[in-house]
Amino acid sequence: MPDEKDTPNIQAPMHCTRRGSFVKLGLGCMAAAGAGAAVFGYEFLSPNVLYEPSPITNAGKPDRYPQGSVTADPKTGIYLAHGPQGFYALSAICTHLGCLTTWAPEQGLIACPCHGSKFTPEGVKLEGPAPRPLAWLKVWVSDDGDLMVDRSATVPAKQFLRT
Amino acid sequence: MAKSIEAYMNDVRETRLWRSVFRSGSGATNLHRALAVQQNIFMHLFSVKMRRAALNFSVTWYLGTLSLATFVVLVATGIPLMLYYHPSVPQAYADMKDLQFVVSAGVFLRNLHRWSAHAMVLLVFAHMFKVFYRGAYRPPREFNWVIGVVLLLVTLFLSYTGYLLPWDQLAFWAITVGSNILSAVPMLGHKIRFLMLGGNTVNANALLRFYVLHCVILPLVAFLFVGIHFWRIRKDGGLYTGRSKSHE
Repeated sequence: MPDEKDTPNIQAPMHCTRRGSFVKLGLGCMAAAGAGAAVFGYEFLSPNVLYEPSPITNAGKPDRYPQGSVTADPKTGIYLAHGPQGFYALSAICTHLGCLTTWAPEQGLIACPCHGSKFTPEGVKLEGPAPRPLAWLKVWVSDDGDLMVDRSATVPAKQFLRT
Repeated sequence: MAKSIEAYMNDVRETRLWRSVFRSGSGATNLHRALAVQQNIFMHLFSVKMRRAALNFSVTWYLGTLSLATFVVLVATGIPLMLYYHPSVPQAYADMKDLQFVVSAGVFLRNLHRWSAHAMVLLVFAHMFKVFYRGAYRPPREFNWVIGVVLLLVTLFLSYTGYLLPWDQLAFWAITVGSNILSAVPMLGHKIRFLMLGGNTVNANALLRFYVLHCVILPLVAFLFVGIHFWRIRKDGGLYTGRSKSHE
């Protein structure tokens, strides 16, 4: 069609000017650079190596823990208890806001100094703001016959370890 | 006969040295006074003229100025404290104790920093309530109210980050509790906590991050927003004196 060739299209350049496409290109580059900077910043701020204590603790020989005892270890934040049904370990970290609870043997309960939550020796919440019972932690006996606790692994409540 | 101090100062103001720094020179005309404000880097954020009513104590109770004053005290005491404080786990608590008992005037600077920090939080809240109950946040000052809210948050975050630095039991558990509150943010909470602490527990990384936030990042943000806050007072027609033009 020769007619179309002769009539210059005036509308087309208005839709897509050279300046407009450069602005779009520039904004696109800035968006890409911004996204890259966000990823870069996020990666930089997340440590790849943590110099934190190992979550696995050796609690020693089972006969260190007599029947009916609750032993608190504030260093690792673990209660190791020997109930009638066997051994179990509780996290001493309060489920409210992460304070370290204490074992009050004269009252026979676990209490949090920060906001007053109270738990039974099996971690069941008695009172206070804590939303959940204390976490039960994975306990097993190592090849050397030591009790091992993994603070990073929770198990369902009432899962006792018999030795 | 000795010259009066006023006359002596007028002579100083006419010297070439003085005029090279303060171009407006001496003079009691309105133009001179306006130039003195406009040509000073610290004063040029403010209006060259203001209503006499804005100087009345009852209008502002000077709460904004007092907030700034405590901030200046905090910068002036905080920088010397940095010279004796190492943000590391073995040293932080001992350095804080050294500042109290070993460093000359250390206890004065530390206590001044601490009391000024308490005073600043109090004054910033009082400033906010005063502005709110007088209705000074209304147009055309809405944006300055928003800047003020940012400054309130910066103040609180400065206070919070500074709280960890003594590295005592109170500091440790306060930041443990505070960062666990942060992890209640839906979806991102645990991630934000991890990034803020630089780990899963309040430890060496958290101490260092809070130190950098407290001593570098947050003060810079505060300086920036305080600058905008003051500049907006001029742009929004000066301090709110309680009477709009139509009622005068």
